[in-house]
Amino acid sequence: MATEVGPTPVKAPASGGAPIHHGPKGVGEDNKILSQGKWASWLLAPTIIALAVVIIYPIISAIVMSFQKDAGLDPATGLFTAGGPAGVQNYVNWIAQQCSAPAGGTVACPPGTLGAQFWSATATTFFFTVVTVAFETVLGFWMAMIMARAFKGRSLVRAAVLVPWAIPTAVTAKLWFFIFAFEGIANKLFNTSILWTGSEWPAKWAVVIADVWKTTPFMALLILAGLQMIPAEVYEAAKVDGATAWQRFRLITLPLVKPALMVAILFRTLDALRMFDLPYILTGGANNTTTLSILVINQIRQGFNAAAALSTITFIIIFLVAFIFVRFLGANVVEQSGATGKGKK
Amino acid sequence: MKTPKFLLPVATAGVLALTLSACGGGGGGGTTAGGGDAEAGLDGRGPITYVQGKDNSNVVRPLIAKWNAAHPNEKVTFKEQTDQADQQHDDLVQHFQAKDAGYDVVDVDVVWTAEFAAKGWLQPLKDKMAFDTSAMLKPTVDSGTYKGTLYAAPQTSDGALLYYRKDLVPTPPKTWDEMMSMCSIAKQNNIGCYGGQLSKYEGLTVNASEAINSAGGSVLDKDGKPSLNTAEAKAGLENLAKAYADGNIPKEGITFQEELSRQAFQSGKLLFLRNWPYVYNLATTEGSSAVKDKLGIAPIPGKDGPGASSLGGHNLAVSVYSKNKATALDFLKFMTSEETEKFYATQGSLAPVLGSLYTDAALVKKLPYLPVLKTSIENAVPRPVTPFYPAVTKAIQENAYSAIKGEKPVDSALSDMQKSIESAGAGS
Repeated sequence: MATEVGPTPVKAPASGGAPIHHGPKGVGEDNKILSQGKWASWLLAPTIIALAVVIIYPIISAIVMSFQKDAGLDPATGLFTAGGPAGVQNYVNWIAQQCSAPAGGTVACPPGTLGAQFWSATATTFFFTVVTVAFETVLGFWMAMIMARAFKGRSLVRAAVLVPWAIPTAVTAKLWFFIFAFEGIANKLFNTSILWTGSEWPAKWAVVIADVWKTTPFMALLILAGLQMIPAEVYEAAKVDGATAWQRFRLITLPLVKPALMVAILFRTLDALRMFDLPYILTGGANNTTTLSILVINQIRQGFNAAAALSTITFIIIFLVAFIFVRFLGANVVEQSGATGKGKK
Repeated sequence: MKTPKFLLPVATAGVLALTLSACGGGGGGGTTAGGGDAEAGLDGRGPITYVQGKDNSNVVRPLIAKWNAAHPNEKVTFKEQTDQADQQHDDLVQHFQAKDAGYDVVDVDVVWTAEFAAKGWLQPLKDKMAFDTSAMLKPTVDSGTYKGTLYAAPQTSDGALLYYRKDLVPTPPKTWDEMMSMCSIAKQNNIGCYGGQLSKYEGLTVNASEAINSAGGSVLDKDGKPSLNTAEAKAGLENLAKAYADGNIPKEGITFQEELSRQAFQSGKLLFLRNWPYVYNLATTEGSSAVKDKLGIAPIPGKDGPGASSLGGHNLAVSVYSKNKATALDFLKFMTSEETEKFYATQGSLAPVLGSLYTDAALVKKLPYLPVLKTSIENAVPRPVTPFYPAVTKAIQENAYSAIKGEKPVDSALSDMQKSIESAGAGS
């Protein structure tokens, strides 16, 4: 039973993206049952076509655009003219923080250009990701443990916990904007006069607090799903063997809930790396709270092609993080199931 | 066991791909000047579409109903956008890129006019499409003009007002220095002295440009090149930075947007407030207002007289891709006629662009701030008229914010602003 716990929660979310890769390959391998394979490919075709239209085409189009120059102004007519091919210049400009110089060529981006914010936006994005996911994991775990217990009004608590998650982020951000205003509730409640959105660290913490408030329920529910997979007999057996509450948590709950926990953390990490609406509305990206996504949106208004390059860079960054994570996660799933197998003997 | 390990990267890629595709969707590649399109459809008549942001005070619908009743063969359909300026901008860009003939007449914010004109999307209002602006206030006409050609007809305007506490300040200050010297009154009464919109957003561009223009400087020169390395520009920005350092602008002033600054003034916590005309009605009628009978209005202070307000408001433009431009031009004239302008003012509290209406007795009775607003708009300078407005406004916000907070000397903030704007104009 215990060994089954691992893959189940992992498989469910993964199946959404599976057909892209798995479908055609599966057909090729299953030569023995040809008719079945044909049938399957017919069934899969609509999905693949839909994915091609809504995902693959825009990605390719964005990548193509990222190798084009942005439109420049013709000084004589005052009209924009198409920029032509740029090679990898857009990418180099972002990573080396280079901007076009009036005399031609490039110079280091002066403060006030979007180009000057690339590395600080990257650092900010990672800061938010690490801090919010850490808080959300700890708090989410705690909330899940409470919700997993049987007590009167449990379903009410479960529903109530979901409220922050159900509110649209834009609304949440506006609510917290008023809470963190100088004359807002936060300052009144603690009798402080902090300029929450007016200086760097308070602004960062304001974003972290609002994000943790909003997304901890998501974490809690995913972990709760994992907790409920653990059969009660395991705990009973441990109790009979005289394990303390801490030992039961550390040696039973934690390892058995780990696969679900890892998936929850992965999802939150990917989500946090794309964080946009909360800081955009709460602080407007001021005081070093500009994330990569905000930078992309700002750049779209100044030039599509450079924005396409930046969104491709963001994509690669997030992909690398996800890849490292999945390797790490995958290794753990295998190792952990082996360990529980041993434990059972 | 292996399946999940193998599937996860695929799923992850799917999720990531969605992120990326959301960003890439807006593309359309290069833009070319619409020379051919500008010649087409000049005599076309027939049904057209009018595109504008959310019609919050029900101004547009009655007007269109009126037009449609009089022009059964040239009916106007109203396409309503959201009430978010950024989304309106992006919606227009997408439709123009698609050369959508269904967007005949569009409502453009004054700051987008140059960008859209330079992209070749707006029909020049000359020759057959000539539009008479002689009765309109000059700064509003300037906001619709790019490189000497009118591209958009002024529709509504907006200018800054200085709200002050007339119970504490008998005569309003005429100059910035005078206003600063009155800050001792605020201190005696234990309230903040001056508030504007200094949070890092579009409002800061408005306030910083006002400070620079009011001191005799300018953000861009006549050719659209940045002109910030001047003593005047420095004096302007320094006014704000110094006032913040002195505490004449309270420290929470750095977080103020329109609403927060209005609330602070309305609850009696500020002596002076720079804001738009909409504050007047709220501050004089809202039950919670502590300044109901103590509210005075004046033009914003400048170097030695009224300051140079930044200009708000909207312009009307005809798309070059429209097939019925003759109808569109008639509709433009209808939407900016004296009668319509009056309706804007009475129904939506929108400031008219026709100078004569500011002394119209019936209107002044309803909107008592009109005479002061006229002074404000007459002295106004449109926000930098440049096709690179999105980059220019970011450059101003970023550097003015650091300068006001004292994180950076005014000199280097201005030279960074200068360099950033130069770089934006250099194209990539």
